[in-house]
Formats: sequence, structure tokens, C-alpha cells
Amino acid sequence: MLSIFYILIFPGFLFLSAFGLAAQFVDRKLCARLQNRVGPPWFQPLADFIKLSAKEDIIPEEANPSMFKLMPVLAITAAITAIFYIPLWSVNPIYAFSGDLIVVLYLLTIPTLTFFLGGWYSTSLYSRIGAVRALTQLFAYEVPLLMSILAPALLADTWSLKEMSLFYSAHPFFWLFNILGFAISMIALLGKLEKVPFDIPEAETEIVGGTFTEYSGRLLALFRLGIDIEQIVGAALLAAVYLPFGLGLGPVAGFLLFVLKVLTIVCMLSILRTIFARLRIDQMISFCWKCLAPLAFIQLFIDLVLKGFIVR
Amino acid sequence: MHKVVIPIGPQHPALKEPESFSVTLSGEKIMKFSARLGYNHRGIEKACEERTYIQDVYLTERICGICSHSHSTCFVQAVEEIAGADIPKRALYIRTLVGELERIHSHLLWLGVAGHEVGFDTLLMYTWRDREVVMDILAMLTGNRVNYGINTIGGVRRDVTAEQGKAILKAMDTLEERTNYYIQIATKETTLIQRLSGVGLLSNKDALKLGAVGPTARASGVDRDVRRDDPYAAYAEVKFKVITDNHNDVYGRTLVRVGELLETYKIIRQIIKKMPEGPLTVKVPRKIPAGEAVSRYEAPRGEDMHYVKSNGTEKPDRVKVRAPTLANIQTVAKMLEDRQLADLPIVIAAIDPCFSCTDRLTGIRHAGKRSKSVLKWEELHAYSIRHYREHGIDFAELNKKMRKALK
Repeated sequence: MLSIFYILIFPGFLFLSAFGLAAQFVDRKLCARLQNRVGPPWFQPLADFIKLSAKEDIIPEEANPSMFKLMPVLAITAAITAIFYIPLWSVNPIYAFSGDLIVVLYLLTIPTLTFFLGGWYSTSLYSRIGAVRALTQLFAYEVPLLMSILAPALLADTWSLKEMSLFYSAHPFFWLFNILGFAISMIALLGKLEKVPFDIPEAETEIVGGTFTEYSGRLLALFRLGIDIEQIVGAALLAAVYLPFGLGLGPVAGFLLFVLKVLTIVCMLSILRTIFARLRIDQMISFCWKCLAPLAFIQLFIDLVLKGFIVR
Repeated sequence: MHKVVIPIGPQHPALKEPESFSVTLSGEKIMKFSARLGYNHRGIEKACEERTYIQDVYLTERICGICSHSHSTCFVQAVEEIAGADIPKRALYIRTLVGELERIHSHLLWLGVAGHEVGFDTLLMYTWRDREVVMDILAMLTGNRVNYGINTIGGVRRDVTAEQGKAILKAMDTLEERTNYYIQIATKETTLIQRLSGVGLLSNKDALKLGAVGPTARASGVDRDVRRDDPYAAYAEVKFKVITDNHNDVYGRTLVRVGELLETYKIIRQIIKKMPEGPLTVKVPRKIPAGEAVSRYEAPRGEDMHYVKSNGTEKPDRVKVRAPTLANIQTVAKMLEDRQLADLPIVIAAIDPCFSCTDRLTGIRHAGKRSKSVLKWEELHAYSIRHYREHGIDFAELNKKMRKALK
């Protein structure tokens, strides 16, 4: 009974959807204000969701209907599942086992895979180009992201997010050594969420809507919601790994601090997406491999040195 | 690698007007590019022959939504040349003033569109906000934001007062400050430079060979500007530099356009300062004597050309319009050689295309067949009657009914 509550209501589907839409509003409003626009009212994301849900679902004749319909659901499911292993307001996540860090990263990769498959099975040319771009991009940002998240884990000498939280609670201010990794993960998260400058798979001036060109109605609404939830889960993961302070404040204050951390990350993401132009796919890949990956190595090296000399 | 042909247009988010490009891709690389125009053919040249010269001024103004003043001035200049009218100085200064204000709004608009094409929407929002300053000035001067209606044959229709002059000078200061900021963005923002530089290369030789005009040519080092080379209106009496650049790419075209903005502010300041007193129009007869003239005008997008032939009546015999985009569209295929799909929107946008101004003809492609044909005027007329008859509308009967009703 409790698990159903966890999955459907808190911190599962309902909470994440509400928080995701709220974060989408914060993102859109902040971006609009930075661009000298008024921006949407607070209920706009919800209104968009309701409007899209009420529209007709159009499935291309050539497309594979079952795959086409399955993909948005799979994207949401994977993103929601990941939240259960992330410590939110205390050191204890809902479920924990040793090695859950890898599982969370894996689950966060699934939405990108669904973008690829959804685009591929749409059989539209624009979708297919978008799908291939999404996958190409995945190979570029995933390695720096993985390495920079493993660095703090290395310092804590564990693969479990719970153990990591315990370690960083016992050693406050150690998170300051991981600032570099935080920056790298932030940039990689931009790629994961397909935001400017890495919105190459859905570059509207080139390939219309990219992966989502053929999606409409409820399925598109679900995909959009999936991306919103992915943003929250990604931000929560970054908060748990890089900002592991204030975990012993108790449920209410801890929860507020968690919301604050996630919103800070969301705001930083929207500032980043406002100040850059979209890169080309070749530029994006060479940037990830030539700049981000070496920086992630430096972060790994810092943590190795720290582990060797300070933490015994 | 597997080749795909993707259609860009006639309806596509990157394009602001309907036109169709077909791109053969190998992966992300463009192998072949072909353009098909003609979706916006409105028969303006033919319509000009059916109307009087005064009506044609307003019709030519509607050839383009952005360089509307360019087209009407170009047309008016040709007619005035045939009529041998001596236009008052003040009218020429006001024409130049509106023309340069139009250049500001067109170049700021382009900068925003270029930003949008490379996914830099913040630039779009900023430039279009600042463009409102000049749009307000134009609305104050002429009463309209786009189709100013300030030209008439023999002069201009509205005067510029001293207060308006002051407001313009104040707006120029604001815009100059903003333009300097955009120059800073264009020359310092890394992602923007990465997307612009080296993209859409057009060598000096190719620019000359393909007949590029305007900022597209000037960014390839072609030092040509009708305002300086063949001065019209009041350009002989103002000092300005012709901005050229040797980058040969989209980055160079951006620099040329923002550089031209700064020159335009200088021109406008000089015009306001030097504007002579005097009448606004000179009387030109309704019937223009037989003759022909070609008029050139440096529109924001490049050299605009109008040819007018008169036959002594109040309607022209022939009007021919060569919009700058027609001269520039040939260069796009060259610029896209060996480029990536991601570069396509910005390369097309970099010539600042205006396809509705360009379309002078519609080719007919028969579905299923590969043949193309051209309809003559009589055939088109017969086709339209047949088409409407098939859809249940018979103009012959309608005419009869109308005649009866009138009796």
C-alpha cells in the first residue's frame, strides 16, 4: 500500500508532475524576463498540458503504432523510477541498495533512448534526423556526465547514493572539492534535456520539431511532461551528489531546502540556455570530448588525490 | 552513407515566406541543393500596367513589406526621369531620411532573424525590442509602420517638422548605443561566432561572377554601393563610408550590416542638420510622355532596379522590377557547398531573402510528368475562365446578369 502511495503520489507521479510543471514555469518565466519579455502566467504549463491532452492523437500511417505510443509512457516511467533512489531531504532515499548510483544514471539515459526510438518509428525524415542526432549527442555528453558524477562517489568510496550522503554529512564542506564536476554535470544535463545550446535534436529552424515532429495530442503532452520530470530528477540527482548539505534538518525544513536546491539548478539551466546560440552537432561533440571529458578527468584526479592524502 | 532528400518548404519553421528547397543529405552533409521559387507570384508588374502612375506608387510600395520605401522610391524616380521633373531639394532629403530609417529597421530585423536561425533567441528579442524605437519614429513621420506612403510622383506627401527632427536625433543616440552593444555581442560571443564564421563562404570572384549585390557582395570584398556610385536623392550631399569586409562568410555579412547601421546614423544626423527649406512637391502631369527609364536604388538588401516604359498615356506600358533577392539567390547554392544541414537556415537567411518581392513568374509543373510549361497571358486568361466554369462560376453569365441589373 505504501509503495503505491510512493509511486503514484509522493514522491512519485503526482508530486513530480506538479513540481515538473512548476519548474517549467520558473524556467520559462526566468528565460522570458532575461529576454526582456513578460513571460507566461503561473498556470501556463498546466494549461498547455490540458490543451494538448484534449487534442487528437495523430499517428502517421507508416509509423509503428505500438512503439509510437509506448515511447512517451516509457520516458515518464523511467524518469519517475529514478527518483526513488535519490536522497531528497534526508540521507535516506525511499529505496536504496549498493550500486544504485549507476542504476539512476542508467534510468536517466532511457528518456533519450525513447526520443531516439520515438523519432525513428515516426518514419518522418525530420524525426529520423532528429533521432540520429539525439543518439549522437548521447554519446558525447554521457561520458563526461558519468565521470564527473563518479568522482564524488570515488571520494566517498561507495556506489550507493545513500552511503554518499552519509559520507558527505559526516565530512561537511567536502562537497566544495566537487564544484568543477558540478559545472560539467550542469552542461551535460543541458544536453540531456535538449536545451540551447544543445537543442540540436529538435532544432526547429533546421528539422522542424526533430524527434517530436510527428507527435501530437496526448502523446506529445506526455513527452513534454516526461522532459519536465526528467529535469526535476536530473536536478535532484545533481543536488544529492554535489550539494549534499543540510540533510539532517528534519522533514519540513529539509524538504524546503530540497525544493530550493532543485529550483536553483533549474534557474542556472535556464540562464545557460538564454545566453548561448545553438551549436552544430560536430561542434557539440568536439566540445564534449575535447573540453568536458578532460575536465571530468581533472575532477577524478582531484578526488583521487584527496582520497589518498586526506581521507584515510 | 545512405542518402536522403529532405524538403525545406514550402512550409517550414525556418522560412518566413513560402518557397521550396530540396536538399540531398548524406548524414548531416549537404550533397545537393536546389531552390524552387514562385509560390508568391502576385502579378504586380502586370497589375501596374492596368493602373495609373499615381496608383502604381502605392502598388509598388506593396511589393515588399520591409523595403517598401525602396520600391516606391525606385519606381517614382524612373517616372520622374521620363517626365523630366525637377524634384525639390527638401523632398529628396525627406526621401533619403525615410529610406535610411527603413535601412535601420531592416538591418535590426535581420540581426534578430539571424539570431533565431542559429537558436539564439535572446538576440532576436533584444534587437526586435530596439527596432521598435525606429518603428515608432517611422509611424510618427509617416503615420504608418511599414507602408509609409510618403512618396508621390514629383516629391513627398508629408513634411518633417523641427520637433520631429529632434525626436529622430534622440532616437539615433539610443540606437547607436544599442548597436555598439550588438557589435560587442557579435564579435565576442563564442557560440555565435562559432555558428557564423566560416559558414556560407562566397569568394570575391564568385560574388562578382554570380552578380551578388548589397551586404552579401560587400562582405565578399566587392566595393559597390549605388548610394555612392550613382547617387540618387540626397546621397551626393552626405558623407558616409561604404562598409566592406573580407571574411566572405556569414560573420562578415553580420559585420557589414551592423557597420552599415552606424553609417546610417551618421547619414541621418547630417540630413536633419542640412535639410533645406522649400516646397515638398512639384507638379507632374498625369500623362507621362513616351519614353523609358531605369532607376537604381540601394535597398537594405542590395541594389533594387525598376524599369518603366511609358507610352504617353496615364498608365505605364511596362514596369519591370528586379528585387535584390533575385540577384543574391544564385549565390546560396554556392555557399552551401559541402556544408552541414545545420548551416542551411543561417546561410539562406544571410542574404536577407525576400521571396515575395522576387517572384516574377510561376512555373507550372505537371504532376507525374517531368515537363514544365509557361502560360502566355491569353492562355492564363482562358484557363482562369475554364477553371471557374468547372467550379460553377460563369463570368459571362454573371456579366449579363450585372448588365441587366444595372439597366
